[in-house]
Amino acid sequence: MRFLLGRVVQGALVLLAVSFLTFGLGVLLPADPARMVAGPSASVATVNSIRRELGLDKPFFEQYTLYLTKLLRGDLGRSYKQSASIAELLISRLPATLLLMLGGVLCELMLGLPAGVIAALRPGSLWDRATMGLAFLGISLPQFVLGLGLLYVFAFIYPILPLGGYGTAAHLILPALTLGIGGAGWYARVVRSEMLEVLGQDYVRTAAAKGVSRGGLIVRHALKNALLPMIAMVGSDIGVFMGGAVVVESVFGWPGIGKLTWDAIRVVDIPVILGVVQLSAVMIVLGNLLADLAYPLADPRVRYD
Amino acid sequence: MPCATARAVAIPRDRLAPLELVDSPMTRSSSPRTAARLAPRWQRFYRDPSVIFALIVIACLLIAVVAAPWLAPKDPNASFAEGLSDAGAPVAPSAAFALGTDLLGRDLLSRVIWGAQVSLFIGLVANGAAVLIGVLVGLLAGFYGGWLGALLMRFTDLMTAFPVLLLAIALTAILKPSLWIVALVIALLNWVGLARVVNSQVLALKTREYVTAAHSLGASSGRVLLRHVLPGLVPTMIVWGTLGISTSVMLEATLSFLGVGVQPPTASWGGIINESQTYFTLAPWLVVFPGLAILLTALAFNLLGEGLREALDPSSRSSRVGL
Amino acid sequence: MKRVALGLLALAGIAALTVAPRAQTAEKGMVIAYKDDIATLDPQVGYDWQNWPAIKMVFDALLDYKPGTTDLEPRIAAAMPTVGDGGRSYTFKLRSDIKFSNGRTLTAADVKYTLERVLDPKAKSPGAGFFADIAGSSAWSAGKAKELTGVKVINSSTVKVTLSQPNAAFLNVLATNFAFIVPKEEVVKAGADWGRKPVGSGPFTLQSWTSGQELVFVKNPNYFLKNVPKLDQVTIKVGQDPSVAYLGLQRGDVDLLGDGIPPANFLQVQSDAKLKAQIVSTPLVNTTYVSINTQVKPFTDVRVRQALNFAINKSKILKIINGRGLVATQILPPKMPGYDSSYQGYGYDVEQAKKLLSAAGLSKGFTTTLYTNSTDPNPRIAQSIQQDLAVVGIKIELKSQASSTVIDAAGTPKTAPLVWSGGMAWTQDYPDPSDFYWPILSCRSAVQGGWNWSFACDKNLDALASKADQMTAPAQRPARLELYKKLYKTLMDQAVWVPLFNEVRYTMHSARLIGAPTDLIDPIHNIAFERLSIK
Repeated sequence: MRFLLGRVVQGALVLLAVSFLTFGLGVLLPADPARMVAGPSASVATVNSIRRELGLDKPFFEQYTLYLTKLLRGDLGRSYKQSASIAELLISRLPATLLLMLGGVLCELMLGLPAGVIAALRPGSLWDRATMGLAFLGISLPQFVLGLGLLYVFAFIYPILPLGGYGTAAHLILPALTLGIGGAGWYARVVRSEMLEVLGQDYVRTAAAKGVSRGGLIVRHALKNALLPMIAMVGSDIGVFMGGAVVVESVFGWPGIGKLTWDAIRVVDIPVILGVVQLSAVMIVLGNLLADLAYPLADPRVRYD
Repeated sequence: MPCATARAVAIPRDRLAPLELVDSPMTRSSSPRTAARLAPRWQRFYRDPSVIFALIVIACLLIAVVAAPWLAPKDPNASFAEGLSDAGAPVAPSAAFALGTDLLGRDLLSRVIWGAQVSLFIGLVANGAAVLIGVLVGLLAGFYGGWLGALLMRFTDLMTAFPVLLLAIALTAILKPSLWIVALVIALLNWVGLARVVNSQVLALKTREYVTAAHSLGASSGRVLLRHVLPGLVPTMIVWGTLGISTSVMLEATLSFLGVGVQPPTASWGGIINESQTYFTLAPWLVVFPGLAILLTALAFNLLGEGLREALDPSSRSSRVGL
Repeated sequence: MKRVALGLLALAGIAALTVAPRAQTAEKGMVIAYKDDIATLDPQVGYDWQNWPAIKMVFDALLDYKPGTTDLEPRIAAAMPTVGDGGRSYTFKLRSDIKFSNGRTLTAADVKYTLERVLDPKAKSPGAGFFADIAGSSAWSAGKAKELTGVKVINSSTVKVTLSQPNAAFLNVLATNFAFIVPKEEVVKAGADWGRKPVGSGPFTLQSWTSGQELVFVKNPNYFLKNVPKLDQVTIKVGQDPSVAYLGLQRGDVDLLGDGIPPANFLQVQSDAKLKAQIVSTPLVNTTYVSINTQVKPFTDVRVRQALNFAINKSKILKIINGRGLVATQILPPKMPGYDSSYQGYGYDVEQAKKLLSAAGLSKGFTTTLYTNSTDPNPRIAQSIQQDLAVVGIKIELKSQASSTVIDAAGTPKTAPLVWSGGMAWTQDYPDPSDFYWPILSCRSAVQGGWNWSFACDKNLDALASKADQMTAPAQRPARLELYKKLYKTLMDQAVWVPLFNEVRYTMHSARLIGAPTDLIDPIHNIAFERLSIK
């Protein structure tokens, strides 16, 4: 319990630090936020009144406290370019991104787990070499290259899937695959090495000598052992996916937070960019916390005491 | 179950951190005298087809970088009248343009060759700086410990809460995008995983007998650090350094693809794809060849890094690379 | 393992549930696709080719153009205004049957509020300058007056607008989006969200706006014009890459390409007899140009500016855009009154450019920056300019950014040396030569946030244009156009721009979407949604 409490406190500290960093980043920018809000045609008087309104004339720490209290109330400020609050924009885009991430995790698990198991069954075999080779390819393939390649083959040459966009399950397939394939390669390698390690341990060898079938060994010991790190990996995927989402959503025109970020980058809509960073940090902390909680459930040997 | 607990804690929080146990066998076998015992491993290393493949690709890359002015058939930034069709479309691969032309009628082969410079620059300079930072942070935190160590490692933990790619995108977008900014951002973000490994290794090395002995014989901290601790870290640095090239190359390509990396007209592989993204149905070669260049480079350094890891320290776990 | 498998199933279930079924468009609805999201639907603020026709759906002005012509006709006004005070005042009688979509009747007070709003700096209207001739506008804008004295509400259906000086183009100004009538109570109620929650009296109302995905407009059932609109629903899909939209059109998901035919597909379409029937093209009344900032060295020297005019190869640029344009020799486009067909401009002459540069003491060349919009083909055109200028020794650093960022930089004094206007080129707000002078080349627009990106300010030219604009009588029109010809010739001699080409816009519509070419590509409203219909 104390361990978990520690993680919660740690998570809260991380979020506080992230809020400080993103705020500092916003302050350090060369552009004047009041001028950005006011628009280029505004007079100096208007800019000054906006500056007062935003509290930009106050000392740094007072501004930060203000920012923090607003943050706790879910107020992330307003977009410079779109007439909407950032919280509103993020909330409206979040479902699409969560869906994409879910698809990405499914791809990782459904491709990575079987590949790793197959490879571990006959280490050194052609199967092993082939799947591990593919895993390396997946890891070394940048998402934008893969995404464009998949679009070209499955949406243009053989138009069996949509060329991008959002709406049906068919729209999800290629973006999810693009997001998940690097991770799948990684999962496959971890599953393989975890399984090989267990299969090489004394107690498993003993069990094998006693006549327990190889299949039984794999399911009862090796696979179970290999799945444990998966939990932490899925938890940490959220962080990886937030960056990947920018690439994947811009390639596929997926209307999530990544696309929002990309559009914000192109118009230098700084509050939106910082809001996304802040939100990602929250999601990463939550993801890791969930992974910590899931540990004892998955493996009764793990207790936080 | 203290063992299980320790293990849960040791599991990494980000993709760049290694999946390895704190007390890796590597740290036990790394005193310089063991070099002779590594020989068979090195033999295997040189015979490994994936390593051979990797070395060939890397050799080609180096040649492309060094000999670009002679190797590239044309000026990478010159548009050719015959490089665009009468209707203004890019030209497919042909005798005149081996890999075809881009949307401005420039020779794609020449641009891909010159683009290798950007990738290698990032892979060596930015990644080199990241390795340096990572080793420095991990070393200082592990060797001196105390409040400095705690501070450094808490900061490292904090950095893992940031999504690397997202932060790189945000930073390069907010700062003025250029080759040096990309290098700087990669250097500032890509050291975290290495710092954690180095830290745990230094903590383990510190308790080795020859280190404590040197201390008790009156050797200064700096001397102990240089003579006894640093050499033990060399294999890790080599492996991480190699794998990191792959990560940095992919990061740079991704940033350039998003338009926040290297700016035109400088040829970079990600940038070429960015420029021609909307034409990929009409001119797929503009995505295929630079994409292949990125893939092969990233793959080669991944395979080499993995081969080096097996040769230098077969018992350690592989580290997660990629984005 | 069992637990994991169940978990996977649950995840798959959630995935299946979360993916909403494809939205069905109404029977008489059309879909238009754009790449970028719409920034605002505030008529006093929106000022780009994308939100311009969208805002026109929700709002109306006092006057509008007869379809396909440049002749004004009454819209919210019951009749054309009576002119008085030697062309200084206009009295409008309003229709009494016009309601905002919130149910309230539109009155003369709304006209006054609207004109006050457009001139109020807090509203941040980029069109405020068009209305500067209204009497009392400067006092009102400076916050020194309680009301805009030039606009008087006579009674609930009569309003009188008085100008400080006659302006031959003022009625055209009142027909622009900036003068679309807005209801005060809704503007106040929505506050900062007004740009996303527009309420107007136009032929459509905004039904929903899903950020990053789509905006749905539905027919205003109480609209006062019969047979307008013909469509029940217009869906603006955003976030669609032009090439995706193009394929969507072929599959029947999209009816009109908001961003036009992607250059990559243009050739294919042209050579396909079946698809060719779905293409429409109209020359736009616009000029694309490179603006040269006359405040930035070495462009303070007219010879350097002229050298740029000689050094850029315009036909090569037309090739990049698949010939979808005509080489521009001067500032005004051919369809604009005042265009001088006898003027030949600079022409492509590298030697001449080099001579001028060495005369200016720059034979060794120099380095400068060219800003460009980052949407294809603009970066390619900018790179082509970069290459042309490299030939004469001018090294260009490219800044490829979103148009709003470029506009911000270009409108800031001494910031952007060169700006390629592609994607932000000057297209007429109304068919009068004054529209190419006051907003983009006059002293009044050479200010922070203005559109005079050359920051060229010649008081004599201002006087000349003022003189021309006071010639409001129809008989004076030829003499007025001569004055404008002289004015634009002077600007070309001063070489404040490199005019590149006049755009010919091509777009593609689905077989079921019916509309005249000038409705699908309306030279004034960009797209006349209210006149389009579905088979």
